[in-house]
Amino acid sequence: MIFGVHSPVFIVLLPLSASLLCLAFSRLHRHLGGWVVQLSLLGAFLSSVDSMRQVLDAGGKTIHYWMGNWQPPIGIEFAIDPLNTAVLCMITFISLVVSFYSKPFLENEDWLHYGGYYTLYGLLTVGLCGMTVTGDVFNMYVYLEIMSLAGYGLIAMGGHKSMVAAFRYLLVGTIGASFYLLGIGFLYAMTGSLNMADISERIVPFVHTPLFAFAVACFLVAFGIKMALFPLHGWQPDSYTYSHPGAAGLISGCMSKVPAYAMLRYFFYVFGIHNTVMQSLMNVLGIMGICGILIGSVMALAQYDFRRMLAYSSVAQLGYIAVGMALGNIHGFVGAVLHLINHAFMKCCLFLVVGGITYRFGEVNLYRLGGLNKKMPVSSIAVCLAVLSMVGIPPTCGFFSKWYLMLGAYESQQYIHIVVLVISSLLNAVYYFRIVEQMFVQREASLTELHEPATKLGLPMNMVVPIGITGLGILLLGVYSSTLVNRIVEIGLPEVLMR
Amino acid sequence: MEALNEFLAHRGIYTLVMILFFLGVYGMVLAKNYMKKLMAMNVMQVAVIFFYLCFAQKEGGMIPILVPGNVDPASYINPLPHALMLTAIVVSMGTTGVALALLMRIKEAYGSVEETEVLRRASK
Repeated sequence: MIFGVHSPVFIVLLPLSASLLCLAFSRLHRHLGGWVVQLSLLGAFLSSVDSMRQVLDAGGKTIHYWMGNWQPPIGIEFAIDPLNTAVLCMITFISLVVSFYSKPFLENEDWLHYGGYYTLYGLLTVGLCGMTVTGDVFNMYVYLEIMSLAGYGLIAMGGHKSMVAAFRYLLVGTIGASFYLLGIGFLYAMTGSLNMADISERIVPFVHTPLFAFAVACFLVAFGIKMALFPLHGWQPDSYTYSHPGAAGLISGCMSKVPAYAMLRYFFYVFGIHNTVMQSLMNVLGIMGICGILIGSVMALAQYDFRRMLAYSSVAQLGYIAVGMALGNIHGFVGAVLHLINHAFMKCCLFLVVGGITYRFGEVNLYRLGGLNKKMPVSSIAVCLAVLSMVGIPPTCGFFSKWYLMLGAYESQQYIHIVVLVISSLLNAVYYFRIVEQMFVQREASLTELHEPATKLGLPMNMVVPIGITGLGILLLGVYSSTLVNRIVEIGLPEVLMR
Repeated sequence: MEALNEFLAHRGIYTLVMILFFLGVYGMVLAKNYMKKLMAMNVMQVAVIFFYLCFAQKEGGMIPILVPGNVDPASYINPLPHALMLTAIVVSMGTTGVALALLMRIKEAYGSVEETEVLRRASK
């Protein structure tokens, strides 16, 4: 369409160049840098859609894009397969939508803060997209660090307490990145290659060695830290709570999902799951997931800060994805991928609403949101949709991913997983419905207006539209989930699951 | 004694690297001062770099430059891990830079980089 065969590289290239130029443009005119980054995000979104069209036209066969036409294993490769493009479309779409949402928060900032914000924002998107699309293990390390460094910056811009949260996240995140680097070292020492497809062939004679076990353990710890898998989630509640409210949607929506997706790619496409080491690792992953689901839900129940409750709920939801991976069958895999995409939209929507409430009232206490449905109608409806989806009520998207997870658990006769999923859904219902109850049933709380609403909808148009779009996205993802599964996810299934 | 010599000759360096790595992690967990935590983080990153350099090493290997007539890959050491580590060093420098910038802001806001002090003032 627009870039032809080169569209995979433009997904990363456009936001990267735009965000590097952003500060210079902002110096010329305060808003110019932001516009350039937004334009590049639009380009990245179109390129992702174009890549998806290309790969679906090719019948789901992976498209390999070689940088500068250097063939792997020497060159660096971008791998475009149906799953990759689905996740890419999700990231670029959320990133584009949230970039409009951030503007009202930056109204009173000078050019340096304004441009700096959009620079970091663009770089975060670059890191997320790069991690998803790359087919080279070391290249993924570089994108992982780009993502993390931009993320630390955006979290630190959140003001009060956010610097400490960002610093602690930096320390823990660096441990994760170092473990990832160690893991690559072991893989390279064993196989002599850095290309994922190449490694997946050359690793086969080594799958019973202790070195292989050490390498996959390193990857589990690395991605476990980055995706906030229990018990490695310690950094996450503070970071989500105190991050910049304008970027919280992207940070909470994508920053933990993309490492989860990277882990899924390693486990299913590179290491294969039919060897003893991976089998025992999958058991560990399943136990971590189950504990994460239960403890995340219980901790979320105990919070009264809206943002912190959502952060703990994320720990639980990432547990679902881990459980889906650990089941190791087709339904579990589909459930994990579907939940990854669905949860990104749900959590993004909820954090956008929280940001809106913070923007207008400066209030984050759950129990002081009474009567919000009259003051912010669109946001309240979006919260309703997101909550229904979190609990898992059809036709919202959360139901379908949970359904696939349960099918997968039934198929591999892990009945305890089913029990945990049901318990967690009930806990979700308890702690999410109290928000709905506050918003719609309780009498009006006296809230001080920080920003007088410019529109009848209670928030600036820049914020209402993204909230509405993500809310609608939850509904549409649910209604069209069979299309998503049949036409995209199922033709991209890894070969190890076909046997 | 024979076994120990054997072990030290083949695995000794990796053991040292692992000790260094976990020393860094230990420091990051236990140090009460954010600056010390940051230094421990650098120790950990250096350990990973050492690890790469160790497995790239080869007995009797020369530096990887083009010498006319020498096409035997066993005669020079593998330059790729070194190239990777150049990138990793740059990344670790970037991380340290961001961490130092954050520490400066923490010091401005709370007047200290001691963990207990910062947390006490942050919780107020």
